[in-house]
Amino acid sequence: MSWLLALPFLIPILTALAAFPARARKLLCGFISVFGCALLLTTTIVILVLVETGGTRAAQMGDWAAPFGITLVADRLSAIMLVISGIVGFCVSLFSLSDIRKYRVKLGFHSFFQLLLAGVCGSFITGDLFNLYVWFEVMLIASFALLVLGGDRIQLDGGIKYVALNLVSTLLMLTSIGMTYGLTGTLNMAQLHISLAAVDNPTAVSALAVLFICAFGIKAAIFPLFFWLPASYHTPPVTVTAVFAGLLTKVGVYTLIRTFTLIFPSELQFPHTILLGTALLTMLTGVLGAAAHYEFRKILAFHIISQIGFLVLGLALNSPLALAGAVFYMIHNIVAKTNLFLISGTAKRLTGSFELSEIGGLYRASPLLSFFFFIAAFSLAGFPPLSGFWAKLLLVKASLDQAAYFVVAVALITGILTLFSMSKIWAEAFLKDHPKDYCQSLQDIPRYERYERLLPVAFLALITLVLGLIPGPLIDYSLAAAGELLKPGEYIEAVLGLDIQYVGNR
Amino acid sequence: MNSLILQTATRVLVALILVFSIYMLLRGHNYPGGGFIAGLIAASAFVLFAMAWGMEAAQSALKIPPSNLAAFGVFIAAISGMLALFSGEAPFSGQWLQVTGDKNSGGLTLSNVLIFDIGVYLAVLGAVLTLIFALEEPG
Amino acid sequence: MEGPLALVVGILIATGVYLMLARNLLHYLFGLILISNAANLAIFVAGRVTRAAPPLIPQGMEVAPEPIANPLPQALILTAIVIGFGLLAFALALITQAYKVLGTLDVDTMRIAEPVPPKREQSS
Repeated sequence: MSWLLALPFLIPILTALAAFPARARKLLCGFISVFGCALLLTTTIVILVLVETGGTRAAQMGDWAAPFGITLVADRLSAIMLVISGIVGFCVSLFSLSDIRKYRVKLGFHSFFQLLLAGVCGSFITGDLFNLYVWFEVMLIASFALLVLGGDRIQLDGGIKYVALNLVSTLLMLTSIGMTYGLTGTLNMAQLHISLAAVDNPTAVSALAVLFICAFGIKAAIFPLFFWLPASYHTPPVTVTAVFAGLLTKVGVYTLIRTFTLIFPSELQFPHTILLGTALLTMLTGVLGAAAHYEFRKILAFHIISQIGFLVLGLALNSPLALAGAVFYMIHNIVAKTNLFLISGTAKRLTGSFELSEIGGLYRASPLLSFFFFIAAFSLAGFPPLSGFWAKLLLVKASLDQAAYFVVAVALITGILTLFSMSKIWAEAFLKDHPKDYCQSLQDIPRYERYERLLPVAFLALITLVLGLIPGPLIDYSLAAAGELLKPGEYIEAVLGLDIQYVGNR
Repeated sequence: MNSLILQTATRVLVALILVFSIYMLLRGHNYPGGGFIAGLIAASAFVLFAMAWGMEAAQSALKIPPSNLAAFGVFIAAISGMLALFSGEAPFSGQWLQVTGDKNSGGLTLSNVLIFDIGVYLAVLGAVLTLIFALEEPG
Repeated sequence: MEGPLALVVGILIATGVYLMLARNLLHYLFGLILISNAANLAIFVAGRVTRAAPPLIPQGMEVAPEPIANPLPQALILTAIVIGFGLLAFALALITQAYKVLGTLDVDTMRIAEPVPPKREQSS
């Protein structure tokens, strides 16, 4: 069991090490990477099945008993996040085979990519705050390297801003971990749930909560801490952006959810109030930024921010339905967002630019790509019966249950504006004729490249479609995950081995 | 830097520093020291060499690219953590091999902790040198 | 002992933030280094500063005979120092590279990724 829980980060690390000596041979290196991702995906699915049938699993690294050693925990939320990371990793590594040029592979692209996956999976599965910090750093170093790999002028410029702001977040996180340790004497998350509730110092606990919101808020790109995201996400190759967009900010949201359901006592209400305000502002500013831009990837980058608002909203409302909505939304969003970025990459390949004014004619040239874009984009905007509709429905229903009508209003306005900018891309890039009549069709590119570009996109679009048409299983799963989050008794029992009677406020 | 004194002294010093770094690596088992600090000391030897004889000389003295060294170090460290697989214990458990004597009276033991530390040593040496050589590259 | 050390942490963070507000990227990096040290010191203080024996248990004993220092914060700080070292070295390399390629360290002039939009022509 303990080996199985360690595999989600061991596999990518070993794949990274295997791909490193092979980096001079582009094809071999790419296949190692894809193979590693396939292995990772299989492992995560096994973990998901085990968790679903047998409940929360925990493993102690090095046989050091919790709360003294490092604990790995897989509950429903962790398990589904691991699976979705596996899916994104697999699709993006497949896409990277044709999108990443030889000189970037030679610099070690695939190794850094796998290291990034190791960091992401490690963050999802760890049950220890300091270990979480370490995985964040693994993820951060790998993302720094991926962002500036190749060293174009624009990449360096974007990379500086990304590095600068993310280092601040790192230091805030480290400081808040130090404060947590000072207050409670432990960093095991399950133990913290018990210890922090016993701390009789509301001022210090509140200060700590705010520090955590800032530290993880920068990672998650919530208002007003998101400025590194639109400054950097459009600069690297689109493969890199796709995996960043799919996973990095979501890790921030995941840790926010963990922190404010597991670590902090649920009686502490004001963090949720702060998060509610920031969530609404994040939704609005993100979508307004997207409406103002005319570059394919910049529009998508601003949409990441706006979607983060929805995820945080689920946490802020803090009801079982809202948290389930956040989980469902996260899954839907990771799939749709990654897919949109991959499509933008292929669109650039066919038309030669990301600027909407300089491209067009994609609908006529490649109806298949247009179909996939249509699914992903309108799912993001919340069109029934695609997956985004159910995600938004859950959140809107949760806000209506709490009579938070202004939340509903903001969510609907955001939805309409999302639709506006998605139809802007649709009209400009797909329907309009290409200004220079340059648009290639999918038939014009080599056959293997066509498959490498289209298979991941088709797979992700299929997931979106299936989630939209048969949302029942995932909604049930999300509700179960939300129930675990709000009543962490099982989690604590799995980690510490004690059976505490959990008395929550709900 | 073209200084005869520095260049002559460097020949002796580099060897001494490298030996000292290995001493620090092994000493780290029971006393202050260890793979990280030893790796930094070893890197400083190459930096000294580079100051005296130039970057190219230091790079060719190292024989293999430092990034490969770093990857190899991480590989050794990862393997040492997975040795527990053979004894059926949890990942990263300490594994001890009794070479002489028995467990209670001391004697010589080998452990995967030492292998991990050697991995850290190589990883730090490689990573630091990669960065330093990259900093010195003409833009 | 915690009081003065807490004060030192405060001063380090204040100085670091002041430096980070500068436009020059190198000043920013120096500020970051100071805050990184402040964070490590904060963890150290959080583990309580006491005068005690090193956390080593003599051979043949199960528990230490006298009060021992808390080893955990030191292990945490060591990890944080190593990670911080890596991050800062990377940041320094990145800044050097940016200076070579972009020719400036002034962040206000780094607008390649986010170009200033051209001014709209005034319609009369």
